[in-house]
Amino acid sequence: MKQLIRTFLIVLAVAFIFIFIVARLNASQGLSGGNTLTIYNWGDYSDPDLIDQFEEETGIRVIYETFDSNEAMLTKIQQGGTTYDLAVPSEYAISKMKEEELLIPLDHELLPNRQYLNPRFLNLSFDPDNAYSIPYFWGTVGIVYNKEMVGDKTITSWNDLWDEEFRNDILLVDGAREIMGMGLNSLYYSLNSTNESELQQAKEKLHTLSPNIKAIVGDEVKMLIGNGEAPIGVVWSGMAAEIMYENEDLDYVVPEEGSNLWFDNMVIPKTADNIEGAHQFINFMLDPENSAQNAEYVGYSTPNEKALELLPEDISGDERFYPSPELTEKLEVYDNLGKEVLAYYNDLFLEFKIELR
Amino acid sequence: MEKKRKWPAIYLSIVFVILYAPIFYLMYYSFNSAGTMYSFDGFTLDWYREVFQDTRLLVIVLNTVINALLSAVVSTIIGVFGALAIMYVKTQRIKNTLLSLNNVLIVSPDVIIGASFLILFTIIGIQLGFTSVLLAHIAFSVPIVVIMVLPKLQEMSPALIDAARDLGASRFEVLSKVILPYITPGIFAGFFMALTYSLDDFAVTFFVTGNGFTTLSVEIYSLARQGVSLTINALSTIIFLVTIGLVIGYYFISRQSGGLTGMGVRK
Amino acid sequence: MQTKSRNFYLFPYTFWIALFVLAPLGLVLFYSFTDLNGEFTLGNYGAFFTSTYLQLTLSSFWYAFLIAIFSLLVAYPTALLLTKTKHKQLWLLLIIVPSWINLLLKVYAFLGIFGTYGPVNALLEVAGIGPQQLLFTDFSFVLVSVYIFIPFMILPIFNALDKLNPSIVDASRDLGASSWTTFRHVIFPLTIDGVRAGCQLVFIPSLSLFMITRLIAGNQVTTLGTAIEQHFLVTQNWGMGATIAVFLIIAMVIIMFLTGKRGMTNGKKA
Repeated sequence: MKQLIRTFLIVLAVAFIFIFIVARLNASQGLSGGNTLTIYNWGDYSDPDLIDQFEEETGIRVIYETFDSNEAMLTKIQQGGTTYDLAVPSEYAISKMKEEELLIPLDHELLPNRQYLNPRFLNLSFDPDNAYSIPYFWGTVGIVYNKEMVGDKTITSWNDLWDEEFRNDILLVDGAREIMGMGLNSLYYSLNSTNESELQQAKEKLHTLSPNIKAIVGDEVKMLIGNGEAPIGVVWSGMAAEIMYENEDLDYVVPEEGSNLWFDNMVIPKTADNIEGAHQFINFMLDPENSAQNAEYVGYSTPNEKALELLPEDISGDERFYPSPELTEKLEVYDNLGKEVLAYYNDLFLEFKIELR
Repeated sequence: MEKKRKWPAIYLSIVFVILYAPIFYLMYYSFNSAGTMYSFDGFTLDWYREVFQDTRLLVIVLNTVINALLSAVVSTIIGVFGALAIMYVKTQRIKNTLLSLNNVLIVSPDVIIGASFLILFTIIGIQLGFTSVLLAHIAFSVPIVVIMVLPKLQEMSPALIDAARDLGASRFEVLSKVILPYITPGIFAGFFMALTYSLDDFAVTFFVTGNGFTTLSVEIYSLARQGVSLTINALSTIIFLVTIGLVIGYYFISRQSGGLTGMGVRK
Repeated sequence: MQTKSRNFYLFPYTFWIALFVLAPLGLVLFYSFTDLNGEFTLGNYGAFFTSTYLQLTLSSFWYAFLIAIFSLLVAYPTALLLTKTKHKQLWLLLIIVPSWINLLLKVYAFLGIFGTYGPVNALLEVAGIGPQQLLFTDFSFVLVSVYIFIPFMILPIFNALDKLNPSIVDASRDLGASSWTTFRHVIFPLTIDGVRAGCQLVFIPSLSLFMITRLIAGNQVTTLGTAIEQHFLVTQNWGMGATIAVFLIIAMVIIMFLTGKRGMTNGKKA
């Protein structure tokens, strides 16, 4: 009994000493004071130097927290109990958040730098007049491959992946929309198809790809492709840009049948405390110079016209990441298909995964 | 005879090598100047320097430890009560029901626990953050403690308690002088298991944490998006060495002061 | 007096059960009867009995079985040998210590170790076997799972062995039984409770593994846990996720019932 009590008291004492240290550390960081801005973003999706600069210019302390899927972010904001001032969801999540009234309308007066955005990326179907959102980055879904390992084969289309030579060579990202979209596109259907028979066909077609699929993975795909664990991956453009920067043997292609064009956008969720600070941050990120710096750091494509001009030619002129108008024609933005159709996509994708072996 | 003694040693060494292999792999690359977990380029201590400069990371580590210690202590106390309760319920059916309910949380997938706790906390109106994470960790550690303590209680002879009673011991005295000392090893085993589960947990924490509070596993998960940074390797190395040091130190100190308080060497 | 003391023990524990077991269980059950729009439906249960989910259930059970068996095969001798070492408590602690290092990190380490250019393949090359694909196979999945669960199997078995009265073993020896006979007829039956506890602690969580099905098995293995995680976190089909969870909980109750009943009577006998 004595031993028990003594040990537990020691444990408690240690815990309280740590609590004290944490409080001191937080105080020294200025986190306990009032003027903070909590940003909820994808991992590694802003240049940390820019955040430092923002803190210096405005005196606002930024707390940067990350999520790994739109759904996880949505759940957290929906449930409340959090105080995120700014979030960066993808376009289909924005439709959903609007439906559920989770967003605060933007005050355009506070965002003069909005003028630098390319009009092509404004006033899109998911958010008319950009009442709630400002585009942050955009990109495509495509194929990254290792030129050395693929040999003399060229990859320009989705259908090239079905080549028997690529047995056990392909990594896919674990996303129902992305992979079902690839199946649909390879059959020249729209990736927003709601036609049941088209979707069935797409799943059947994907099933025939199974022998070529090495694994369906998450963000590890970057590490695995960069490391030469597999020669081919179906990924988002920004991921490709990031690993191509480290491994020169890699190349990226937007398949000629068409693919997905996506946007991540800055929004102010209902949970926000510091609405003014959030506007300040959005405007700061829209500044052409900052925007260019951020695009260079993150590797995704910027919707900021002025920033694009500031970027070095080898980035802004790269058709793989800033595709030509002809190819852009074939790219589609994900529509909000509604819960039922989306559930059908997910069911088919789950079936495809179960039948993989 | 000599030969016979060798095989156990070899077998145990293999088990230990395998158990520690991934950890040593992590430690090895924490000295890699190349910044990735493949292809070792050259020796560097940069990652360690980064760990100590990163206050945010240190706060997260401390938060993780605080949370684990507190939740382990509280859940051990509730768990011991639970084991006693199950033990002294007379009806077999109630006993079985309690046991099954106890095990629900052990076997439920973390995601379910996390999701249902998230709903629960929002309904009750608990702010997501330290409190919610602590409560969740206590909640899922309790059944583990019960499972570790119960066998000890069951193995205890009822005659022991009866004897104490006959000698005029009060209820509290029976508990503190007879039962608790006997089940102490089980209690410590439960405490360590609770600690282990708490330090290891990712999914539940991921659900119930809000802004401003993160544990190490959640942080690692978000860092993993960018490919694990070797700072994390360096940090793990430090944590690992400190833990090993503490464990060994604790073991020998408690041995010297007579009788191990830890996982209970008997008599 | 007796009754009073019982109530006193029960109070905090039943409070915990009500709040953190019954309430969440109720919520899960409630959600399993809702469709995507939050309205009442039995459709989820219908969907569970389609080939997709039954196949999933079957393969989950098969892998959980493999994981539990292999864990037991490794853990029992380890626990037995540990009890015979000099500083057995220290060694036991050292078995547990690796599980305090973050699981995700160890999994990432395994990604490197099993990778095409990793140390295991280098070894295989030296041994003349040549490089093999280790990652993204069911072999690596089972191996890493066993790795994760081993401490949870060793601990209860160790405790059971440790409380074994050495004089019983000596008696058996004195009566002329061989080591194997002693083990089979004396040691193993007396530690069966520990084995049972260990198997429960390994088998049931194995059913719901999810992170490593993606990281180590590259989704070549899908478990019930993966499906639940997908439905809760990705597809937001909470109803379906909850339905799978209900079945998982039922399966667990059955397993507990099958393995737990006898453990209880044993406890009584002691």
